[in-house]
Amino acid sequence: MKRIGKHLLKLLLTLMVGGFLAATLVRLAPGFGTDEEQLDTRLNSTSLESLNKDLSPKENLATFYVHYAARLLRGDLGMSRTLDRPVRELIAERLPETMKSVVLGLALGWLMGLSLAVVTVMMRSVATDGLFTFLCGVLLCIPAAVWALLFVLARAPERFILALIVLPKIYSYSRNLLTRSAGLPHVLTAYAKGLSRGRIVAWHVFPTAAPQLLALFGVSVSIALATAVPVEALCDLPGIGQLAWKAALGRDLYLLTTLSVLVTAITLVANSGCELLGSMFRAREA
Amino acid sequence: MKKHLLLCVLLLTASLPHQAVGQTGGELRFVLHADPKTFNPLLVEDDPAETVRYLTGGVLIRVNRLTQEATPELATHWKISKDGTAITFDLRPGVRFSDGTPFSSDDVAYTIKQLMDPAMHSPTGDAFRSGEGQVQVKTPTADRVEISFPAPIAGLEKLFDQVAMMSAKSPQKEMAVLGPYYVAENKAGSYLLLKRDPYYWKHDAAGRQLPYVDSVRLDILQNQDTEILRLLRGEIHFVNSLNPEYFDKVASENPGMAKDAGVSLDSEQMWFNQVAKAPIPEYKKQWFRSTNFRRAISESINRQDLARVAFRGYAHPAIGPVSPANKFWFNAQLQAHPFDQKSAMHRLNQDGFQLKDGTLRDRENHEVEFSIITNAGNKYRERMAAMMQQDLAGIGIKLNVVPLDFPSLIQRITQNFNYEACLLGLLNNDLDPNSQMNVWLSSAENHQWNPSQKTPETAWEAQIDKLMREQASTLDENQRKKYYDQVQQIAWDEEPFIYLVNRDALTAVSPTVQNVHPAVLRPQVYWNIEQLSLAQQVAEKH
Amino acid sequence: MKWLRAAAIGFLLIVAGASLGANFVAPAGYAHQFREEPDAEPSRQHLLGTDDLGRDRFSRVLYGTRVSLLLAPAAAFLSTLLALLIGGAAGFVGGRFERVVMAATDLFLSLPWLFLLLTVRALLPLNVSAITSVGITFALLGCLGWAGAARVICADARGMRQADFVLLARASGTTGTRLLLRQLVPNLWPIVLAQFWISIPVFILTEANLGMLGLGVTEPLPSWGSLLRELQSYPAISSQPWLFVPLIVFVVVVGSFHFLLRTEELPA
Repeated sequence: MKRIGKHLLKLLLTLMVGGFLAATLVRLAPGFGTDEEQLDTRLNSTSLESLNKDLSPKENLATFYVHYAARLLRGDLGMSRTLDRPVRELIAERLPETMKSVVLGLALGWLMGLSLAVVTVMMRSVATDGLFTFLCGVLLCIPAAVWALLFVLARAPERFILALIVLPKIYSYSRNLLTRSAGLPHVLTAYAKGLSRGRIVAWHVFPTAAPQLLALFGVSVSIALATAVPVEALCDLPGIGQLAWKAALGRDLYLLTTLSVLVTAITLVANSGCELLGSMFRAREA
Repeated sequence: MKKHLLLCVLLLTASLPHQAVGQTGGELRFVLHADPKTFNPLLVEDDPAETVRYLTGGVLIRVNRLTQEATPELATHWKISKDGTAITFDLRPGVRFSDGTPFSSDDVAYTIKQLMDPAMHSPTGDAFRSGEGQVQVKTPTADRVEISFPAPIAGLEKLFDQVAMMSAKSPQKEMAVLGPYYVAENKAGSYLLLKRDPYYWKHDAAGRQLPYVDSVRLDILQNQDTEILRLLRGEIHFVNSLNPEYFDKVASENPGMAKDAGVSLDSEQMWFNQVAKAPIPEYKKQWFRSTNFRRAISESINRQDLARVAFRGYAHPAIGPVSPANKFWFNAQLQAHPFDQKSAMHRLNQDGFQLKDGTLRDRENHEVEFSIITNAGNKYRERMAAMMQQDLAGIGIKLNVVPLDFPSLIQRITQNFNYEACLLGLLNNDLDPNSQMNVWLSSAENHQWNPSQKTPETAWEAQIDKLMREQASTLDENQRKKYYDQVQQIAWDEEPFIYLVNRDALTAVSPTVQNVHPAVLRPQVYWNIEQLSLAQQVAEKH
Repeated sequence: MKWLRAAAIGFLLIVAGASLGANFVAPAGYAHQFREEPDAEPSRQHLLGTDDLGRDRFSRVLYGTRVSLLLAPAAAFLSTLLALLIGGAAGFVGGRFERVVMAATDLFLSLPWLFLLLTVRALLPLNVSAITSVGITFALLGCLGWAGAARVICADARGMRQADFVLLARASGTTGTRLLLRQLVPNLWPIVLAQFWISIPVFILTEANLGMLGLGVTEPLPSWGSLLRELQSYPAISSQPWLFVPLIVFVVVVGSFHFLLRTEELPA
């Protein structure tokens, strides 16, 4: 219990530090405290003065963050300045959308990427290796905006774009990890003893690379979340990625801080979980 | 005299094409590029909210987007007092809000009170603030309302085009409307569904209740490529404002769909930073303050090329602050500044600039090099900037193009003034020069090149101040025009803004939509929304 | 495999040579606008046609290759080096040090670094040269892009801590940095190379996307990012299929880098 408590405390501390750093980056960025409305020629000087007063920060960064943290603990995530709605409502509405895309993207990306890597290792063919590498190179080089356009033209579900962006990264890392594992002495011995390729890969190659693959999985969650921003913005998917883009353009401090805390939480949970599984694997192997 | 004028207007509007009878039924679909920020018609600042206001709001007077004249709507008659400080409306009897609540002069009084509430900071309300003192509203009968202002307001009647009436009594508050549609569904980030107002007062020539189309679906889509594809597939019915590339694409796929209504009110312009406290080198400030320098830069830019290349021919060289599309207010005596680099060099020589080894240098031997900021992601402005770079290289000037994200740009031009030149556009929705007061008055915050001056720093700015105030306090439109023509002449001579191009109003409309007459004023396609109808088979399918 | 590597080297040399010799090879300056011929089709005068301002696209591909081929691999090298040092050290040392570093890495992965890029751009003088500005952008991307790979490298290094060859090296007296560099780093090459190879196109595409916020290369200097941005428009790609040529060149160059760097052969 003590260990779990310590772990949760560390998690909380990391989240708070993450939120503070995010708030700092946003607060100090150029354009904070401005709005397009300031260029509205219909507004007279009184209205503009009032608008400027509303836009200018009312408290310094430290005070903002203390108040923000206190409100966060009460479940009040503040008000989005750009969308004029409670942040909690916006996230509750949009998070499921992003989670659908991310889960689907990761599932497909891993399925395809890992499968291609396994096939490469099993077939031990230069041609296959070259072909898959080339395909992944193509996927890596196509901008997200072009993917969005191609998907719209083909009337294909845009959620799959995430999978195509994540796939080449998964393939690259896992291909190299599995290839290295496949060259280890105990694997070569297994080949010499006549075990089937499938058995070798499943029982000897994979377990050796498992901790690194699990670490890669944790990282791929962050990659998928980061990729969701341009994909949702370009494909008009109403998720938190699109929300983050709008918030960034509007320098929406409350929204951006909350989104950063949320992303940090997901990243921490994913990576910690993968680390735990990795250490279990290592213990089992030992 | 005013009654005869009104009669002429009524006869004129009765004969216009938009009175054609159409098929009923169906759902009209088009796109909004973002969620509306508000449904309160008095607080509208963004385009999507403006669209919803136009489709749902009932106004006392509507500016006909084709003729640019004021036409009666909820008010059947109006009369402006001789001194221009009061306006009396006779309201249309028997009108109801979309929830059945009767409309009366009390609602007008309530709306005006809300509009003029200083705590509201309504951009629409600011246009009505003519001086110190309160706005008084009297409601002698249910069908008559008298509004008095502390000072005369020129062009008063057309301002009411932006004021959608709100109900004083309805429990639905701002959601009870007087326009052809009301908001039935709102799925944030996805779509808005507007349904026909069952109590809408307008009928067509055959006596059928308008609007013809039963509902309007507004899909929220930021991506313009998706919007165009959906139009070409028939999933939406029109695109209200198109970029030149998309226009050409639509025209090549379906020539009948693409409609160019001609030059719009919008302009693209650049200006130099003339703020005394700007953190830029003093010698550069001296350049920018010189009329000869500004005129030389203006004459070095090939506006024809900008219109032809950057905008694919769907723009025209700009002349001054008023587009030729603004038929009444445009000063027809003015011509676009010519592209004449010889003349430009001559002006520069007069100010002591010399060309040495292909580089222009000032009296103190500084190389003439400056940066121009513009908003990143706007490819037309980035194109214009790149073309200006080549043009100015022709007279030995090095121009550095610095695209910035919009908030950073706004901070530089309104707060820290850390910029040298800026390239931006002006989206003009209002014909009347009063809407530009906050640009031309030297004390105003939006006097972009040198805002918030305590006293005018140049004689010509003082002259503009005087002329703008005079035109604002004169009721005689012809006299106002004379004053404003002089303002345009000064702006042409001094070029605090170097006007570059006026864009065309480009739209695309599906052939299934009938009674469409695209205008240059916004909203270009659906300005006569209640008259639009869908072709028979489309209407029946819905 | 050897022939593939040879072909990759050859191709990269041709591309590098052509881009470095762009002053002699390019038919026109990258900034020169043939204003009578905007969006022209490929022809003898303009091998890849012209762009929206009438600039020769072939010339812009050559000059753009210079910018991207120099800066993107440099940024990728930087991010890979940081990932190796930070992740490798954390995994190898272990304990509290590893936990703190990995927590910091997770934070690094989650923060909105876009605002740092905007802040740095705001601090630069307005009249800074285009190449300096884009160089700084790539340098920042290199400094910010290490976190994901560091995590994987850390997991890998952690696994090697108790490996036989490491124990043997310790037993024979090898310690500290020597142990890290001689024993650990060579075994981390698979991840390192994967990271390097992936980073190059990712950084080029990131530069293209950052152009939307004014953080990419500025006019008139071309880069692969700015050339790829031409593809982000339905009217353009539907009527000008030759716009895909820079993308094809990009793909082949990235693929060539991969085959050049590949050391991990498939077991025979």
